[in-house]
Amino acid sequence: MDLISGEKLEKMTSMEKIRLILDKVKNGKIVVLECGLTSDEEVRLIEMTMTEIRMDEFSGIEIESYPSKKEGSFLDKIFGRALKGRMTVIGPANQLRTIEKDKYQISTKVSVGD
Amino acid sequence: MGIISSLKESLGTWINRIFKKKRAKIGLYGPPNAGKTTLANRILHDWSEGESFGAASPIPHETRRAMRKEGVVINANGSSIELDIVDTPGMATKVDFKEFMAFGLSEAESKKRAKEATEGVIEAIKWLDDLDGVLLVMDSTEDPYTQVNVVVIGNMEARKLPLLIVANKMDLPNASPARIKAAFPQHAMVPISALEGSNIDNLYQAIAAHFG
Repeated sequence: MDLISGEKLEKMTSMEKIRLILDKVKNGKIVVLECGLTSDEEVRLIEMTMTEIRMDEFSGIEIESYPSKKEGSFLDKIFGRALKGRMTVIGPANQLRTIEKDKYQISTKVSVGD
Repeated sequence: MGIISSLKESLGTWINRIFKKKRAKIGLYGPPNAGKTTLANRILHDWSEGESFGAASPIPHETRRAMRKEGVVINANGSSIELDIVDTPGMATKVDFKEFMAFGLSEAESKKRAKEATEGVIEAIKWLDDLDGVLLVMDSTEDPYTQVNVVVIGNMEARKLPLLIVANKMDLPNASPARIKAAFPQHAMVPISALEGSNIDNLYQAIAAHFG
């Protein structure tokens, strides 16, 4: 399992993040992103995942993050205090299973050697 | 002659302004088997002389190509809206052909379906760039916190485009539209049964109010 810091993610472009995630997940790693992805990056990750699905080899990803927070206040916007992304866990679909998820907690099961 | 035609044109413009139909291109999104095509067919049945988008099926990813129907006029609550409706393939983060074999499809059929399903997901994503709003169809017997729901909602919020959540399958005994409302309280939600047509008039009113 790889935990990737928000600091590292901030320095990467969207495409670099997506490539990093997919390479790790295709190698059987579970990836935890401290600050998650933007909604646009998440949709691009799904799109790229679809192009890389291979029968009997890679059936896709399991990705879980919390629902978005409400927009920041007017003052937050003026002072540039943007809301940080939310912690996200991503893994191979055949190894990571979400058991339960709500607004505040994500419970997953990781199987090894599937 | 010039004055008369000019007057006619002005009158026509004013009549159009007063009685103008609003128009929007909306996409039906959601996970596989949420009932998107059943709802799309219901809307066409009610407002487009019984036309149909295609077959619905219990096997996931039955819709693997986006389909568009133009000029569907919905009248509700005294207002009218003309919709271009796009029925999109189910969004998913994984497609495993073995899942289809469990429904009795052969391995070859399952692999073909899986390949087409991945293309369908990409097509659904591409359509997000070309819409005025989204009807996000959720199965109200299922956990609403799926990543597909979270991603579609996040995407529409980022684009500042209108989104209406449809809590489908309210006819089933374990349906819980309240669970969907609690998960995404910031968005309007209408519980319906697309199959039986229950509460469908409320959905049409919400569509007219939301996308008009």
